[in-house]
Amino acid sequence: MTDKSLIAVLKKFETEGLAAVRDASDLGALERVRVELLGRKEGSISVVLRGLSNVPPDERPTVGQEANRVKEILSRAIVERESSFIEGTSISHEDLTLPSRATWEGAIHPVTQAVDEISKIFRDLGFTRARGPEADTEWYNFEALNTPLDHPAADEQDTLYLTDSVLLRSHTSPVQMRTMEKHDPPIRIIAPGWVYRRDTYDATHTPAFMQVEGLVIDEGITFVDFKATLAEFARRYWGPDTEVRFRPSFFPFTEPSAEVDVKRVVTRQDGTREEMEWLEIMGAGMVDPAVIENAGYDPERYTGFAFGMGPGRIAMIKHGVDDLRRFFENDVRFLGQFTS
Amino acid sequence: MNASYRWLLDCVPGLQLTPEEIGEHLALRGAPLDGTVSPGRGLEDVVVGRVISAEKHPNADRLTLCEVDGGKGIVSVVCGAPNVLEGAWYPFAPVGAVLPGDLKLKKAKIRGEVSHGMLCSAKELGLGIDHGGIYQIHGEFIPGESFIEAMGLDDVTMDVEITANRGDLLSHLGISRELAHAGRGTVLVPDFPDDPKISLAFERDREEARFGAVGIRIEDPDLCSRYLGVVIRGVSVGESPAWLQQRLRGAGARPINNVVDATNYVMLELGQPLHAFDLNKLEGTSIVVRRAGERESKFATLDEEHRALSSDMLMICDLQKPVAIGGVMGGLESEVTNDTVDVLLEGALFNPQSIRATRKKLGLSTDASYRFERGVDPEGIELAVSRAAALILSTADGVIDGPVLDCCAVEFEADVVSLRLSRIEHVLGVGFTSLEVRSLLEPLGFQLVDEDERVVNVRVPGFRSYDVTREIDLIEEIARTHGYDKFPSEMRPYRPSNVPDHPMFELEDELRRVLANRGLFEAQTPAFVPESEGDVQVANPLTSTEPFVRRAILPSLLRRVEHNFAHGNRDVRLFEIATSFRKAGKGEPPREEAHLAVVMTGRREPSHWSRRDEFIAVWDLKALLETVVRISYAGAAKVIVEADVVAPFHEGTCLAVMDRTDLSVGHGGLVLPSEVDAPVWAGDIWGFEITLPSNPLRLPTPKHVPLPTFPAIERDLALIVPIGHTGAELDLLIRNSGGALLESLEMFDLYFDPENDNGMRSLAFRLRFRSADRTLKDKEVDRSVNLILRRLKEELDVEPRG
Repeated sequence: MTDKSLIAVLKKFETEGLAAVRDASDLGALERVRVELLGRKEGSISVVLRGLSNVPPDERPTVGQEANRVKEILSRAIVERESSFIEGTSISHEDLTLPSRATWEGAIHPVTQAVDEISKIFRDLGFTRARGPEADTEWYNFEALNTPLDHPAADEQDTLYLTDSVLLRSHTSPVQMRTMEKHDPPIRIIAPGWVYRRDTYDATHTPAFMQVEGLVIDEGITFVDFKATLAEFARRYWGPDTEVRFRPSFFPFTEPSAEVDVKRVVTRQDGTREEMEWLEIMGAGMVDPAVIENAGYDPERYTGFAFGMGPGRIAMIKHGVDDLRRFFENDVRFLGQFTS
Repeated sequence: MNASYRWLLDCVPGLQLTPEEIGEHLALRGAPLDGTVSPGRGLEDVVVGRVISAEKHPNADRLTLCEVDGGKGIVSVVCGAPNVLEGAWYPFAPVGAVLPGDLKLKKAKIRGEVSHGMLCSAKELGLGIDHGGIYQIHGEFIPGESFIEAMGLDDVTMDVEITANRGDLLSHLGISRELAHAGRGTVLVPDFPDDPKISLAFERDREEARFGAVGIRIEDPDLCSRYLGVVIRGVSVGESPAWLQQRLRGAGARPINNVVDATNYVMLELGQPLHAFDLNKLEGTSIVVRRAGERESKFATLDEEHRALSSDMLMICDLQKPVAIGGVMGGLESEVTNDTVDVLLEGALFNPQSIRATRKKLGLSTDASYRFERGVDPEGIELAVSRAAALILSTADGVIDGPVLDCCAVEFEADVVSLRLSRIEHVLGVGFTSLEVRSLLEPLGFQLVDEDERVVNVRVPGFRSYDVTREIDLIEEIARTHGYDKFPSEMRPYRPSNVPDHPMFELEDELRRVLANRGLFEAQTPAFVPESEGDVQVANPLTSTEPFVRRAILPSLLRRVEHNFAHGNRDVRLFEIATSFRKAGKGEPPREEAHLAVVMTGRREPSHWSRRDEFIAVWDLKALLETVVRISYAGAAKVIVEADVVAPFHEGTCLAVMDRTDLSVGHGGLVLPSEVDAPVWAGDIWGFEITLPSNPLRLPTPKHVPLPTFPAIERDLALIVPIGHTGAELDLLIRNSGGALLESLEMFDLYFDPENDNGMRSLAFRLRFRSADRTLKDKEVDRSVNLILRRLKEELDVEPRG
């Protein structure tokens, strides 16, 4: 072997060695690199130095010098790299009962989680999601929905007005008309969104809150479909043993109208089952033919049903939150209880 | 509507239901109970006591010393009222009794005399206003018997929730119809004691009727279709008999006097509001029904308030002036008082919309206006007037003078609504025969006037003429009376929605998921803000401090950061997706955009002994901003350095988001300390807010690039860069000069020595070169690096570190 070829080998060790040092991803890896390059027995440089005896004597000093230079450079690179790692070793005998090195955990707001759960169930039942503006006109909020402004029904939602005829929607029902204007049946939508009312803050009221609207319009939709779909939703949301009750009610834009109540069966930790009180979960009904006509459809041909519910209230019940205002305080200690 | 349990039982003889069962039944008919109370609540300890003797208190002129038999022996009682009568009966609260308001009675010494209890006034019992002293009760009693039972206060007042369409349920008769319908009896207008059994003559005219000196004229038949008046002379106004007071109390009403009580009784029983005028206070003993005149701007109602009138309000007037606000409230001047001798009893039908408008304008909702707004039975008015007149005669004496003057300006005609049997099935999914329809509708007062195998024609009774006008209204009645629970609940096949899922939802879902996974909490804040933070004003705001809806979300989140700071939370990371409102054209709804706002303060990661605490810095903000911008704009927007100062961010920390048209769609940076009320220990607050596209695009589907087969060569360049040249400039120049072989470029070190500021900083880049089709030679890479270095020197005067 000539010195020329040994020197080339050393040069190669230098480039490759430096790359290996740079690429070592932790202290363990760096140590393995060090042993391979500079180890006394099998390290690459040691092997070259041990082979010096085979080099012609006059060439030995050149090769030796070169080997020491490379050794020096690699050692320095290793030390430098080592110091770039912050203390802590990859192989050690730590007390593994100590807390882990965590990252922050965030969460989706509990009311959004309720909206998402409700939406998922309806999407599984063939519904799509629609939306509409939060500031809307009296026409979409009331009149198109068969609610004359001079009828007491318009009072039940104390409305916040922006101008004489523009208001902050008091329910998500305007999305019904806006969707029907844009699309032909079959319509099968839910419309989650914010609604606004002139309610002062208390444990069960806030002037802005989430609502989830639903609308189904097609040929041949009947009261039986209405009951079946909403009962199916209720059982999927509240549990398969949930009893569902439909009570007559009044909304100007549905007829027949209903309140939907559920009676949950809760299984306690000791295995006993407890029947809860009836709980009102939504207002609903068959879409009034006047609304279908206002949408430009033929009410003799199309029928449908609609519903609306408050995910805030549902989230309250579900998580045992006693006051709706907690949802607006956004204390991170509260929000942190809803990490998924 | 407050309904008396006992009253309902009287209206439906044979009805054997507990209040709870009635509630359950009504709930399934659409009128659930909101709760029940007892009119005798809080009076459980009160007994009936008889005053055996009453003498002036020896040491006080105004006090009386009584001997009272309260059932447990005779005790002495000191009484402050002047009207104690020997031998009379009074409510007596013995020592130990608890009265409303948690007042517990103790033995007391009053001016030297021991008092063993208290004789009570009506006010002390919560039963009404004092009539100058303690409450004498009339009848035969046993000393010590329960006051509640003796007074018939052992009733249940049921608060029935009536929906806005069912004005017919605002009476005991109306509720009874729903109760009787289930085959549990028939409805009856119950007898009352001492019914004089009169039969009134009705003098039916159109706009005007007259008998002797008494006249009635309707000048505005649009607002008042019918007005009945009957004169009762020689009444003696006083307290109502016990049975009548009990009825009223059972229905949550307060007795006033026998004449007024009679009108209230009939209203609660039949649903027709009535009014009694003192006839002799009516100028010309006549009634004119007209709108308020231009100069009649003020009116004193019987609650002693002065009301501002306007010329669209319907007034009941005498020949000179208004005497009542029609269908809303009577006037103070013409009210029935203890001195009243002759009474004009009014029963009328008013236009619901007009009553509603007047009531809203006046801010005055009464039992009468509430009923008129929801519709009063046009076919029940004669019965109501007759019954009230009979009741007045029975409780206040007097005689009817003349016929009932019945001005019927607009005759009521009952609707006949056609109902197709096929349509019932079309809507309800279940078929009904005409026989079934008859058995469901007729007990509620509907009449099937004719029918064939396809269609039935149904006459609607007056009390349902407001809410049943169309075929669908009858179908609802069928469903309701058949029972919603009797319809099957089976999933039938359905067609998929023709409406695409709105892409905004998918974007919002994705953003929420990503941000929550990066340790942020989603917040929800209300949209109402002070004027400084909004463009769009609410006309009737909830509070005067927040009369606008917001244009930006970040300020709301900063308020939430303050809330968290106030509760000692130092690490706060919040985001919210909400609507920004901006002014649009006049009369148009505001412009709405979905915004995403983020705010972060505190530690980057939870503390751990294996690492040093780091705090959220601009690099974290920039990374998050780049992530959400990439997701939101599908890669078609970029984050750049904002040259200007943008509120509420600190100068020199401001980032901007530019969309593909180079329009700014968001900003972020260090929030100015002046924007947040923060405690001294609080860390820097970083935030951004971006507009989300209204019709977001999806990120392009990733296309596979084959992995390289030839090795790469890496070179590190440490550059001395004059301050003023940015990393972005160097990056661009190196990429442009590196040629096709430069595969990637990564900045990995930055060094600046503040001790030795020479106007330079050192930036280190790692360059990776690779060819797709061969192994590169060092020489080729050297050439590229040299070119890069040359251009860096030429164009930016940047040199490699020595």
